[in-house]
Order: sequence, then C-alpha cells, then structure tokens
Amino acid sequence: MKTSLKLLAASSAFAIIACGAASAQTELRMMWYNDGNEGEVMQSILDRFETTHPEISVTLDVVPYQAVLESLPIQLAAGNGPDIARVTDLGGLSQYYLDLRPHLQDAAYWETNFGPFLKWLDPDGDAINGFMTQLTVTGPYINRTLFEQADVDVPGAGATWEDWAAAVNEVAAALDIPIPMAWDRSGHRVAGPAIAQGALMFDAEGNPALVDEGLQRMSQMLYDWHKDGTMSQELWSSVSGSTYLGANEDFANANVVMYMSGSWQIPQFASTIGDAFDWWAVPAPCGPAACTGMPGGAALAAIGDTEHPEEVAILMEYLAQEDVLAEFYGQTLFIPGHLGLAANGIEFATDDPRAAHALATFSAAVPTISPVAYQLQGYPSNRVLFNALISRLNEAIVGEISLEDAYARMESDVTAQLAESSR
Amino acid sequence: MVDATQTARSVGSMLTVRRGRGRLHWTDVFTYIYLGFGFFLMFAPVVWLVLSSFKTPSALQEFPPTFLPLGPITVEVEGYDDSLLLFDVTMEDGSIQKLAQVRRIGIMAQMVDPDAPDERLSIPINTREPVRELRMAWENYRDPLERFNFVSYLWNSVIVTLVATVITLLINSMAAYALSIYEFRGRNAIMLFVIGTLMIPITVILVPVYIVVTNLGMINSLWAVILPGAATPTGVFLLRQYMLTIPKDLIEAARMDKASEWAIYWRVVMPLAMPAVAVLGIFSIMWRWNEFLWPMIVLNRSEVYTLQVGLNSFQGELDVQWHYILAMTVVTLIPVIIVFAFLQRFITTGIASSGMK
Amino acid sequence: MAHVDDKLGNAGEMLQNVVAWPLGILFKLLDLPISAIQRLIGIRRMPWFFLLPNLAFFGLFVILPLLMNLAYSVTGGTQLFLQDRPITGTEQYRFLFDCGSYADPLTCREDRFWKGIFNTSIFIFFQVSFMVLFSLITALVLNREIRARGFWRAVFFFPVLLSPVVVALIWKWILLRDGILNAFLVSIGLDRILFFVSPEWAMFWAVFVSIWAHLGFYTLILLAGLQAIQPDLYEAAEMDGTSKERVFFRITLPLLWPNMLVVIVLALIKGVQVFDEVYVLTGGGPGTATQFIVQYIYNTAFTNQVQNFGLASAASMVLGVVLFILTLTQLAATRRRDNG
Repeated sequence: MKTSLKLLAASSAFAIIACGAASAQTELRMMWYNDGNEGEVMQSILDRFETTHPEISVTLDVVPYQAVLESLPIQLAAGNGPDIARVTDLGGLSQYYLDLRPHLQDAAYWETNFGPFLKWLDPDGDAINGFMTQLTVTGPYINRTLFEQADVDVPGAGATWEDWAAAVNEVAAALDIPIPMAWDRSGHRVAGPAIAQGALMFDAEGNPALVDEGLQRMSQMLYDWHKDGTMSQELWSSVSGSTYLGANEDFANANVVMYMSGSWQIPQFASTIGDAFDWWAVPAPCGPAACTGMPGGAALAAIGDTEHPEEVAILMEYLAQEDVLAEFYGQTLFIPGHLGLAANGIEFATDDPRAAHALATFSAAVPTISPVAYQLQGYPSNRVLFNALISRLNEAIVGEISLEDAYARMESDVTAQLAESSR
Repeated sequence: MVDATQTARSVGSMLTVRRGRGRLHWTDVFTYIYLGFGFFLMFAPVVWLVLSSFKTPSALQEFPPTFLPLGPITVEVEGYDDSLLLFDVTMEDGSIQKLAQVRRIGIMAQMVDPDAPDERLSIPINTREPVRELRMAWENYRDPLERFNFVSYLWNSVIVTLVATVITLLINSMAAYALSIYEFRGRNAIMLFVIGTLMIPITVILVPVYIVVTNLGMINSLWAVILPGAATPTGVFLLRQYMLTIPKDLIEAARMDKASEWAIYWRVVMPLAMPAVAVLGIFSIMWRWNEFLWPMIVLNRSEVYTLQVGLNSFQGELDVQWHYILAMTVVTLIPVIIVFAFLQRFITTGIASSGMK
Repeated sequence: MAHVDDKLGNAGEMLQNVVAWPLGILFKLLDLPISAIQRLIGIRRMPWFFLLPNLAFFGLFVILPLLMNLAYSVTGGTQLFLQDRPITGTEQYRFLFDCGSYADPLTCREDRFWKGIFNTSIFIFFQVSFMVLFSLITALVLNREIRARGFWRAVFFFPVLLSPVVVALIWKWILLRDGILNAFLVSIGLDRILFFVSPEWAMFWAVFVSIWAHLGFYTLILLAGLQAIQPDLYEAAEMDGTSKERVFFRITLPLLWPNMLVVIVLALIKGVQVFDEVYVLTGGGPGTATQFIVQYIYNTAFTNQVQNFGLASAASMVLGVVLFILTLTQLAATRRRDNG
C-alpha cells in the first residue's frame, strides 16, 4: 500500500512538473516568404531545433511576398507583428527590430561573421538585429549554347556593356533570337551598372543625389537599347510604376541571349532549364568607373515588440551557427551572407556544372563590389531611389515623357517622398 | 451537372426554333451564333486555364503551346542506368529516327538507338524534336498542397464564408424589412446613407479599418475577416426591392391577428422573400470565398489563413511560378464551380425575379 | 435539366425539414425579448430596432473609417496612428491640384493622379457603353423562346462568380507573348501582337476583360426588366403587323429604360472603382497607360517605400466626391422612375 501510494505521489508530481514544463512552452512566430525551396529547408532546421529545445515551439508563417513588402510595415506599426521576420527592406524597417546584443551568448561571433551586413539592418547604430538568409549579387547570365551556334566569341572579363551589346546583337541576328538582351525591371538591377558608369548615388554629405552623369549615361544606354531593338519593349513596358518583372521565363525559353539578373536565379535555372542549354554566369561588365553589380539579399530579423526576447535570441543563435547556415545555404543554393563560410566555401547541393560555375562566379564577384554599391544597399530609403529610377525611366522608354523630363521627375519624386518621411 | 443528353436535346431544339412561320428571321440566326459564341467566350478561357495547370514549367514556356499537357517520354536502354529522353531525329538522308539522348554537350547531342545501344551518334541539337505523350503534371497540385496546411486553410475559408453569410443575411434582411415595410421619418435619409456606403471601395479605407480592427482586439482572429464586410449595401437593396413587392394586406392581416413585428418579419416576410435571400446568400458566399486583399493584411498567423491567402504564399519576391499559380487558381475555382453547377437555377431565376423593379 | 431541378427541389425540401425545427425554436427564443422591446418603444419605432445592427456595422466599419480617412487627409508624415501625425491642413489637397494646366497631366505635381483620372475617364466611357450595349443584346437574346434558358443564363453569368484576381490571371495567361491567342494569330499567318506593350491594346483588353467578368450580372437585371413587360403589348403589336424593329424601339426600349438607367449608373460607379482586375492584368502598364485612379491611391498608400497615407487619403476623398455625385444621379433617376 505504502509503496504504491509513494509511486502514485511520485508519478503525479512528475506529471505535474511535466505539464508545468509543457505549459511553459514559448511560442515563437516567424514570418517567411518563399522564392524556391527555402521554406522547406528552414522548416526541417526548425524541427530539429524544437527537438533539442522542447521549451520553445516555432511556427513558420509563410505569406506571399506582397504581404512582407506592403502589410508587414503596417502590422509592425500597429504592434501586431511576428517575433521574427524575413525581410528585404532591411534598413527601412530598422526602427522595429530587436537588438539581440544583450541576449546573445557570443556577440563577437556575430560581429566577425556578419559585420558589414549588420550595418544594413541598423544603419545608425551598432545593434545586432539578425543575419542574412542569403546574400545576392546582381550580374548577367548568357545562353552560351547560342553563342556557340552563332560562332561568336564570348566577351571576356573586362568587357564593357557596349562590347556585350554588340556581341549579343550579332548572335541574335545570326540565329533570329527575338530578345538579344533582357534586364529585370528593377532599379536595383540598373544601379550596379550605373555605378560602373560612374554614378555616385550620394552627394558629399551622404544625402541621396540620384541623377548625375553616370546615371544619365546608363539611362541613355538603356533608352537607346530599347530603341534599336537590343532590349525588347515587351518586358519593361508591359507594367507600370515600380512593379517588378523578371525575364526568367523568356531566358529559360532560349529567347534571350543575355539576361541581367542575379545569383538568386541559380536554383530556379537548375530546375527549370537543367541541361537544355548552357546557361552561364559571366563576370559583371565594366564601365569607366568600375566592373560591379549590386549586393542585396534578405535577412532574418528579430522584431522589437516580441514578448520573448530571450527565446528569440536562443533561436537566432541556433540558426546562425556555422554548420546550420552551411546546410541552409547549401540546400537553397544561396550565396552565403556569412563571411567565414564565404571565405572557406560551402558544399552546394547540386551536381549541375552550370549551377556550380554560376555560384563560383557570383561568390568571386562579392569582393569586387564597389563601395558605392554597398553604401546604396545600406541606405534605408534606397527603394525610394530604385522606384523613382525605374518608373520614370520606363515612362521615357515608352514615350510618355522625354528623357530630360524623366530625370527631373526622378529628382522630384525622391525629394517629395523623402520630405514626407522626415516629417 | 447538366445532363449531356439534355444539353444535346436543348441545342437541337434550339436549332429548330423559329420566329415567324417556318422561315429563319435574321434574329434567329443571330441568336444561335450569339449563344454559341457566348458559350465559347465564357468557358474557353477557364478550360484553357485548367488544361494549362497540368503542364510542367518547361511545357508552359513553350511556344506555340500545345493544347493538351504533354510530357517527354523516357526509355530504358541497355547499358545505361538512368532512363533516357526519347527524340525524333531528322537524319541526314531525311528519314526520321527515334533516338535516345545520352547527354548534350554544347550544340551537339550524343544519342543512341535504343535497339542498338552500342553505337553512339553525334547529332546537332536543332535536328531533334522531343517525343511526347499525354502527361498530367499532378505535382503542380501535389507540391503546394503538401507544403501547406491545406485542410486548415480550407476549414478557415469555410467557417468565414458560412458565418459571414449567416450574419449578412440576418442583419441585411432586418434592415431591408425596416426600409420596405415601414413608412417612417428618416427613411429617405437612411436610404441615402446606405447608398453612400456603396460607393466606397475597400481599398480606400484599408488602413482606417485596420486600425479600428486593431483597437477592437480582433487582429489575427477570423472575426476580423467576418465582421467588417457583413453589412453590404447591395444586400440591403436587393432584399428591399423584393420586399417592396409583398402585398401590404398580408402584413395588416398579420397585425390584426396580434402578431408581433418580429413574428411578421420571421414568419411572413422572410419566407416570401426567400428567392432574394437565396441570391444574396449566393453572392455573399462568392464574395467571402474570393476575398484576398483584406485577409492578407489582417491575418498574419498561418493557422487562421483563409484559402486565398494560404495558396498565394508561393508567390515569392523574385519568381513567378506559373505552374503553381495556375494549379492553385484552379483549386480555388472548384468550390465556385460547384456552387455554380448546383445553384445556377436559383441564381438566374432569383435575381431575375427580385426584379430591381 | 428537368430531373436535375427535381433533385434540387428535393434537396431544398429535405433541407427545410431539417432546418425547420431549430429555426422555429430560435424564433420563439428571440420573440420574447423582441416583443418586449416592441411593447416598450411602440410599433412606430420598431423600424429603428430592425435597422440597428446594420447601421452599427456600417457606422463602425465604413463611416468611422471614412471619417478617419478625412482626418488622414489633413495630416502628413509616415506614422500609422493619427495622433502621431503632424497636421498639415489642406497641403495634401494643394499637392494634388498643383497643376500648370489641368488638361495636361505632365504639368502637374502629382502627374500620376491626373493620369489616373484621365485613364479612368477613357475606361468608363468605353466600358460602360459597351457593357450596356452587350448586356442589352444578351438580355434580348436570352429573352427569346429557347430551350434550357436557365442553362444559357448561367453560361453568361458564370464569370461573375470568379474573383477579379482569377479573371485577370486567366486572361493574362491567354494574352502573353507566348500565349494561346498569339499562337492562333501565328497559325493563321499573322505576326504576334505584344498586347501588353501597346497602350491601345492594353486599354482595350482592360475594357474587354472587365466586360467579360461583369456582363452576366447586368444582363440579368435587364432580363428581369424585359420579362416584366406585358406580353399583351407584343401580341397587340404583332396583330397590327408592326415590324420587329419598330416594336423594339417603340415598345421594348422605352419600357426598359428605367432598368437601363440602373445598369448605366451601377456600371459607372463600379467602373470608376476598377482596380483588382486591371492591376493583375496589366499592372497599370505600359508606362502608365492603364493606371487608374484607385491604383494611384493604392500605390501611394502601400507599394511605395514611403507609405504616404495623407496624400492617398486626400486622393480618395476626391474620388469619393466624384462617386457621390454619380450616386446622387442614380437616386434621382430611380425616384423619377418610381414616381413616373
């Protein structure tokens, strides 16, 4: 009797403690969007985290990208946001982030490996808000099979945009390809080559100064290319404002000789193009000032309004570990936003030689990115500049306004919006 | 669903309709052509959508597009571990041979004859055409549905649609009852008020409604999606117009029998207004099922996502995954098509008889 | 069709059998308190009781936000909550109306606002006129003695059930450079047409898709009107030997006119509010050729990095005034019909 009573007492006590522990489980919510398979990779990592940390449960809320861009700022402003979010407007949402520094075990690790990117998240301070889920670099791809078929030499490293324009037009003429050159319809894409042409983007005090000689040179080139058929009207002209439009479908369909995009296309090309033709990443073409693309990427940021900062820090530190990140980048075929991994290289989960070559090309481009590009990427209101650039340039290309007017409108758009945001 | 023989019979009988004794008036010819054309124009785009949703991403990017979803045929060839893609190759002598491709290098393909696998031929890639067969890319549907908690999204959508419709029917019919059966001071002012709300598109008041909802503490609950749209001016109008046709004597008689106003509403007017109520119910179901923008803003926890929000979450920043978009569009269409098929009788007679007189 | 309708009738009866008892109980439960209220406030005030829930919802979720919108329009800055925003008075409205010449959007400070007004005006001119025309034709066709009339009505009504996003996606898919319409053109020997690159084609398709999606709704309204016309009038005309055309213009059209007016004004209001379909179909392009006024408001408030709620609210107030005038027109027209 006595022993069974003791057993009963012991087991009830155990049960109560277990229940207590279970009910003390913290629930964290991570807002996420997908370009490819990142959601699945992240979910498997989170599942492992939950088994090793049973007191924390993490829910991945996958939303359309539109929600991250347009709804998240409103939700954060109203105090209804998640605990962690995958964001692309790194500096723009800076006021809502959580400073993990006081809660981290090893802040020095973060500074060593994520150093420059922390500035993107917190331009005005030195907080540690999160890490990059991927680093992206803009740069061109070519359809090398078409070059072979047309028997045209592929321009080498150091070639200028003019060289490339001539070469792709030759290929397109020989093989009757409808679109010699295609660019993503995005100010971010134009910015890299514009900087290569000498655009400085900022004035001496560090305030935005969008329209200068370099930018005008690049805009003129894009305008002329649309006029002479190097670039097809149908891509940029088919939407308005700052709407993003990629040319991945046309490129995958072998309708494009050269496609100015970026490193995030690698997983998608590997799966949709496969080995149908040789899609080949080439080094950034040069201008008078530099041979550069634009860095970018999305980051996983902790949100300041969270009710569980300690648990958020635990989760973030787990995810930021070198082996976890190596697995994440390797599976998603993203360029690492971790300086240690970028230096040592990671094993990408692909046996496609084209993907491997592209990853190597873009990774090698990271050190050559111009400091102006870094400054622009780190500027919190950079989307104001990108949107003004692409929307007004497009109106000029379509013929609604003259190029001169477009420059004036770009400036006035930027001035008006920045004035509103500083009120 | 419409019985095929019935349709055939109706088409047949339609072809024999005449106006004017025995001869075809130009209006008859025009009628047939118009109906046929209308049928094609209204349904063909949807049929094309459904067919396209079964194509693989590479098949989707083909031009000219094939009508039916086709996929490549692979064959097992002796001496090779993986199955190889089959192609129709135009040989130098003009004949067409079926060869399997080992690999492609640059602009030449290494191919073998499946029957004589020892000899490797080097074929230029522009002389070969893939051999294809009908193949439905079910993975376009399977992948997103597996990735997402489809059942939970479906359940949420169903709850929102049903609860919202019940609330809408109740409060709008009560308002319509008040505005049609009674003569009272301020009736016209209220009518103006209700019409006024008709002209405000929700896009314009998104942010203030969001703040109201936040202050009421409804964020991330399904009520935030159910309540804001419950009172619809269109609903009030539809029902009021219909209720105006109810003979006043019935009401008076009921009052003579000492029936309470609520009893008159519930027992007399509502049953008579059933056709219009059914129409409003169908509209409400349709509107709620299709709502996207508002739920996306107000819900950010995945367990409360409705179907439209959940199924659109594969839209990333940088990629347009057409095969998934098409497949998921078809999935969200299925309930609409079911509603349509079973209730089209109510819709078309109900709205016609609610008359907007 | 017949046995399908029978099955539906049976389903309706079965549903009634199931639902009748609980509904009856619910009625009895509610009758008690509501009758008490009736005794309290008297029959004359009962309409207000019935109106109350609806008015409460309208007030809270429509009128209050509208008033907040008005408040936003006199503020500036980027804060979400009204109390944090600096008051700017009529500045936002001045920005909107700051134009060199109202005829030329390019001379305006907010050129896209005026372009939006210009584009919307063109859109409703074509969309409303063709919508009414085709609704009328379809209603006339459907009014004839054809078998399975319910089926044909349903055919034309089907697109109304689709969400605007689905409608736009379906047609975008068809109109792409490599879409099936271009495949058809190429197959008959013509060149491909890049519909989304030409401003004229983009506007054409915006109008076309909008009509495709809503035709059925207006058709049914007109059909109801046609069916309300007394058949004796037609019989008398036929006995007199009147030609079909005269019958149409002298009898049908005048009697149908009140319904036509409802259709015209409703289509106008919905046309001015057009957004979802066109936004997904053309994105407002090429350039700004199909950017309409609601898209301008949406872009200003949401898609720009600087979410300018003040300016967007001011623009939506202007839009509201325009729609209010349109709506008053409908009310006046309806009243004339009810009296006449």
